Amino acid sequence: MKSSPNTELFNLAAENVAYENNVVLKNITLQINRGEKVALVGPSGAGKTTLLRRLYNSVADQSAYVDQHYALVHQLSAFHNIYTGRLDQYSTFHNLLNLLKPQKKELQEITPILGELGMEEKIFEKVGAMSGGQQQRVAVARAIYRGEDILLADEPISSVDPLQADTVMDIIIQNTETVVVSLHAVEFALKFAQRIVGLSDGEIEFDLPTKKVTQTMLTELYRNGKPA
Amino acid sequence: MLKTSLFFVAIALTALLLADLEISTLHPWTELSRMAWGAITPDVPSLWNLKLALLNTVVFAFCGIFLGVVLGIGLAFVFRFTPVRLFCAFIRAIHEIFWAFIFLPIVGLNPTCGVLAIAIPYAGIFAKVYAEIIQESDRRPLEGVPKGAGGLSRFVYGILPVIYADTKHYTSYRFECALRSSAILGFIGLPTLGFHLETAFREGIYSEAWALLYAFYILIASLKYWLKPRLVSLYVVASFVLLSRTITVSWENIVRFFTYDLLPWPMRREGVLDGTHEISFAWEPIARWASEIFAQEGWEGIWNTVVLTQIVLVGTGIFALLSFPFACRHFSGKIANRVSHYVLIVVRTTPEYILAYILVQLWGPSMLPAVWAILLHNGAILGFLISNNADLVQLRTDAPRRRIDRYLFEILPRVYGQFLAFLFYRWEVMMRESAILGLLGIYTLGFYIDSAISDDQIDKAILLILITVLLNMGIDTVSQFVRRRLKISTKLVTSL
Repeated sequence: MKSSPNTELFNLAAENVAYENNVVLKNITLQINRGEKVALVGPSGAGKTTLLRRLYNSVADQSAYVDQHYALVHQLSAFHNIYTGRLDQYSTFHNLLNLLKPQKKELQEITPILGELGMEEKIFEKVGAMSGGQQQRVAVARAIYRGEDILLADEPISSVDPLQADTVMDIIIQNTETVVVSLHAVEFALKFAQRIVGLSDGEIEFDLPTKKVTQTMLTELYRNGKPA
Repeated sequence: MLKTSLFFVAIALTALLLADLEISTLHPWTELSRMAWGAITPDVPSLWNLKLALLNTVVFAFCGIFLGVVLGIGLAFVFRFTPVRLFCAFIRAIHEIFWAFIFLPIVGLNPTCGVLAIAIPYAGIFAKVYAEIIQESDRRPLEGVPKGAGGLSRFVYGILPVIYADTKHYTSYRFECALRSSAILGFIGLPTLGFHLETAFREGIYSEAWALLYAFYILIASLKYWLKPRLVSLYVVASFVLLSRTITVSWENIVRFFTYDLLPWPMRREGVLDGTHEISFAWEPIARWASEIFAQEGWEGIWNTVVLTQIVLVGTGIFALLSFPFACRHFSGKIANRVSHYVLIVVRTTPEYILAYILVQLWGPSMLPAVWAILLHNGAILGFLISNNADLVQLRTDAPRRRIDRYLFEILPRVYGQFLAFLFYRWEVMMRESAILGLLGIYTLGFYIDSAISDDQIDKAILLILITVLLNMGIDTVSQFVRRRLKISTKLVTSL
C-alpha cells in the first residue's frame, strides 16, 4: 500500500455534500495527497464531520475512522472493541474465537497500543464502565490497531484531558501515513498538523500550510461561526 | 387519551349488558369453602407420585422454547419482509392449545405434540420481539465495525453485545410463560401438570390440586436460583434426551393431514361415500359449507369472543390502576409494598386457564369466570409493571401529602401513557385467551373449535381457527393504530 508522497488521495472539485442530519457543504474544492497530516478547524456546525465522512466514503476499506461519538460497543471490553478494528481481515471463525477467548497473538498486539495510551490495565474492562476520556482513547486505539495508511479522526481528543491529549495526538500523527483530523482546540492543530483547513458555515475559509496560518485568521474564522 | 379511554369504557359497559354473567351452580359458596380448606391442607406427599408430570412440564417448556428461539432468531433476520411478518403474526395468533389440536391428528397425543404446540407460536413471538430489539438498539457501535467484515462477524461484534441483555431477559421471561403453556397443555390430555390438576379439581380432591399449584408457584419463584445461563444448554440437551425416546413422526400422517383431513368436507364427501377417498372440487358446495359454519357457529363465536375481550380489556385496566398503588413506594410502606408485590406475582403466575377452570367449578360456565380469570392474570401483570414504573418517579419535596392527591395529580398523569401502551399491547393476548376459554364451556370461538375436534371434524376446526386468527390479527392492527395515534409506545419492555 505504501506509495510515494505527492500521490493524490482525495480530490474534491467544487463539490456540494449533504448527508442526513449533517451540515451541508457548499462548493468544496480540496486536494489531499498521501503522507499529509491535515487538521480541519472551525466552529461547531462548520461542517467538519460532513467533510470527514465524505472523505471516508471514498476510501472506506483502506482507512480507519474515529467517530466523534466513539461508536464503541459498551457491553464489550476494551480488548474486544479494539479487535473490532480488524474484523474484516480475519475469518469469521477467528473472530468468534477471539470473542470467546482473546488469543495470545491479538493480546500481544493490542496491549502495547493501550499501554502507549496509558490504559494497559483496562484491557479487560467493559467500555460502558469507562469515563468519556477513556472511551475516546479506546476508539483511537481501535483505529491504530486497524493499521491502515489513512486515518480520519473526528475530534479525537475532545474528552481527553489536556495532559494526555498530546500523547493521543502524537500516536495518531506518528502511526499513520496520511491523517485528516478535525480539532476543536486550535493549539493542537498548530502543534501537530502540517496543513490546516479552516471551515466555516459549510465553506472552506482558508487552506494553508500551518506556518502560514495566523492568529488573526483563526480569530476571524471562529467569529463568523456560532459560538461553541 | 382520556377520550380514547372513555370510548373503550363505553364499549365495555355495553358489552357487559349483553354478556351472560350468570352463576349457574347451586351451591357456589360451599364448594368455595371446600377449595379453601384444600388450600390450607395441601397434600404434599401426593406430589411424589406426580413428579413425572412436574418433570414433563419443565422438559416440554425447555424443548419448546429452544425450538422457538432457534426458529425465532432465523425469522427475526428476515422480519423486515412483509410476508415473513404476516407469517409470524399468523403463527402467534394461534393459541398453544389450538396448535396442540392441530398437531394431535398428525403426531398423536404425545410429547412431540406438546413441544411443537409451544415452539411454533413462540417462534412467531420471538421473531417479532427480537426484530424489535435489534431495531431499537443503539446502531452507532456498528459504525465502528469495518464494513468489509463478514455478516456474522459484524453481528456478533456490533449488534449481539448491545442487544444481549434485553434478549436474555426477554427469553427468560418467555420461559416462565412456556412453563405456564406447558402446564395448561395437560388440560387437553398431555402428561403435564395440568392433566393431574384437572383430574384433582374435577374429582374434588382439592388438597392434591393445591399441592400441585403450590409446586408450580415454587417452580416459578425458584427460577432465578436454577435457571442459570451457563446451565441452560445442559437443561436443553437433557430435555431433548429425555424426550427423544418418545418422538414419533409419521410422514404418512403428516401428508394425509395436509392433503386430505384438512380439506373441507364437500371436497371429500363423494370419495368417502363411494369408498374411493378421492377428492372432488366444486366451489359452490364449499362456499355453502363455509357459510353454514359461519351462520351456525362462526358469528356466535366471534360475537362472544369480542364481547368478552372488550370487557376484560377495560376490567384489566381498572384492576391494574387500582392495584398498582399498593405495590408502589409512593403510597405505602415497605412491608405493604413487599406483600403486594408478592401477591401480584402469585396472581400473575397462575395461568389464566387454570384460574378460569377453578372459577368455572365454582360458578358454572358463563362469562363471569372467564372475565375474572383473564382480568386477574393480566391485571396483575400490568399492575406489577406500572408499580415498577411509578417507583422510578421522583416526587418533589413539597408533593401533596394526601395519597389520593398524590395518585391523581403526581403519579397517574405520569404513568398513564405507559399504562395505556401496555394495556393495548396485551389486547391481542386477551383476545387469544378469550377464545381459548371456550374450552371450558363459554360460548367463545374455542368452544366451537373444541366441539369440532371432538366430533372429528378437523376441516371445521381449522376454518374456525382461521377465523380466530383473522380476528386476532385484526385486533392487533387496531391496537397498533390506537397506540400510534395516541403516540404511546411500550419501548421495549422485556416482560410483557
